[in-house]
Amino acid sequence: MLTSAPPLLSVSVLAARIGNGTKLVLPADYSGCAMAVVTELMRRPVRDLHLVGAPVMGFQADQLIGAGCVARVEAAAVTLGEHGLASRFTAALKSGELEMWDATCPAIHAGLQASEKGVPFMPMRGLIGSDLLAVRPDWKVIDNPLAEDGKRDPIAIIPAIQPDVALFHAAKADRHGNVWIGIRRELMLMAHASKATFVSVEEIVDGNLLDDPALAAGTIPSLYISGLAVAVRGAAPIGLADCYSADNAALAAYATAARSSAGFRDWLARKLDREPVTA
Amino acid sequence: MSAASHLSPSEIMIAAVAPMLEGLGHVAVGSQSPIPGSAALLAQARSGGRMRVSILGSRDQNPFTDGGRELFDCAGQGRIDAFFLSGGQIDGAANINLVGTGEIETYPRHQQRFPGSFGSAYLYYVVPRVILFREEHTPRTLVKVVDFISAPGTSAANVYRPGGPFALVTSRCVFSFDKHRARFTLQSLHPGVTTAEIAEYTGFAYDTPARVPETPSPDPATLALLRGDIARLVAATYPGFALKTWGIG
Repeated sequence: MLTSAPPLLSVSVLAARIGNGTKLVLPADYSGCAMAVVTELMRRPVRDLHLVGAPVMGFQADQLIGAGCVARVEAAAVTLGEHGLASRFTAALKSGELEMWDATCPAIHAGLQASEKGVPFMPMRGLIGSDLLAVRPDWKVIDNPLAEDGKRDPIAIIPAIQPDVALFHAAKADRHGNVWIGIRRELMLMAHASKATFVSVEEIVDGNLLDDPALAAGTIPSLYISGLAVAVRGAAPIGLADCYSADNAALAAYATAARSSAGFRDWLARKLDREPVTA
Repeated sequence: MSAASHLSPSEIMIAAVAPMLEGLGHVAVGSQSPIPGSAALLAQARSGGRMRVSILGSRDQNPFTDGGRELFDCAGQGRIDAFFLSGGQIDGAANINLVGTGEIETYPRHQQRFPGSFGSAYLYYVVPRVILFREEHTPRTLVKVVDFISAPGTSAANVYRPGGPFALVTSRCVFSFDKHRARFTLQSLHPGVTTAEIAEYTGFAYDTPARVPETPSPDPATLALLRGDIARLVAATYPGFALKTWGIG
């Protein structure tokens, strides 16, 4: 690493940078999930996270909720997809221990984009007449100030969402701290919008990813990156596009175990014993 | 025995949806929607390549390069002609609920929590032809009034709304939707289904014409196309579904 580059940390030290009460934005299961870091967060365990799904979340959120790490969820959906309902999420809502800020996908994108631009809100079509407006008092409806003369044009505005930390997993970074995310540009948005960004990667490569225009187009420059860790198969058992596919047997086993509180506790105990800190 | 009796329930629904997409330029499909996805790919093949189909979560059928936001920005500009939405509950005014059941005062401690609204509270407004799709056709899913409106079926005249519901396809029938009356009409019955059965299993009020036709079955050439080229395309994105429906994977 160069002196100006973000630090290369162990997975557990990177996880330790995410403190109690952090507003933490995480990607959907189809993007890059830093599962190895999530495991370390559960081991500690971190407390009172405000999770922001960009724009939906799956296994990461369900596991962190089950492990008692989460106070609030802000997302357009939480689901295990083809593996069914996110049981720890639904159980925590039912018991009242979890605060929910229901959203819709483009509202999350809009809020992150507002933060990315440093403006207080973004206007957004849709939403009017949805009960989401009733449960999201922070979302407002204004009259479009640019509407044609005499025409009323109500439009929703979404406040900027500025997470404390963005956390995700990517295929590679270079020694300057640039991170290649390829086509998964919601990870770029997450990094732009957040105060700090921590990334686990499959490998650190030689050279500078910004030197090749083909790679540079899909690279987050190091100026947004706060810390990196190498975690081989760090997204497993979720897949990482073009690197490895999902371990569907492991995901199904989790979904089954997580249906009950006791099943989840057993799953977590096995998970933490089986994967000791490798720092 | 009619030809239709050889069709699987999934094929009947695919065949019901595909004609609704005829003539459109760009159809988008959410992830985990194998029946709408299959219908879109079938309609695309029958369009002679004029129709673009974008399937989220697909490696080959997804053209977007600007992250999760692009589908929505694309739709907001009017670049997407049709999309599919579902709901844990759908009511007679085409309001959809993807959040949960129980009195809204109890939010978020629902009796039954659904995953969440996804993009519905936006796409339902801006995509001109939204086809509601829900296999389970029971009074539990098709309700008088939804407990939570993720997205409303209709909007006041001064609300920007170029889009909205076009039809509702279930495992039993097809309803068309009239946005001026905010009401469904029974359009066709899948093979073997009666109007009495629909009345029994539908929780909301709707109009029933004097004669309700059977949902058209695909002609032999279309069926061969579906079970051949389309099934192989579907298998690339929805392997579990293709294996179950056509035995290919």
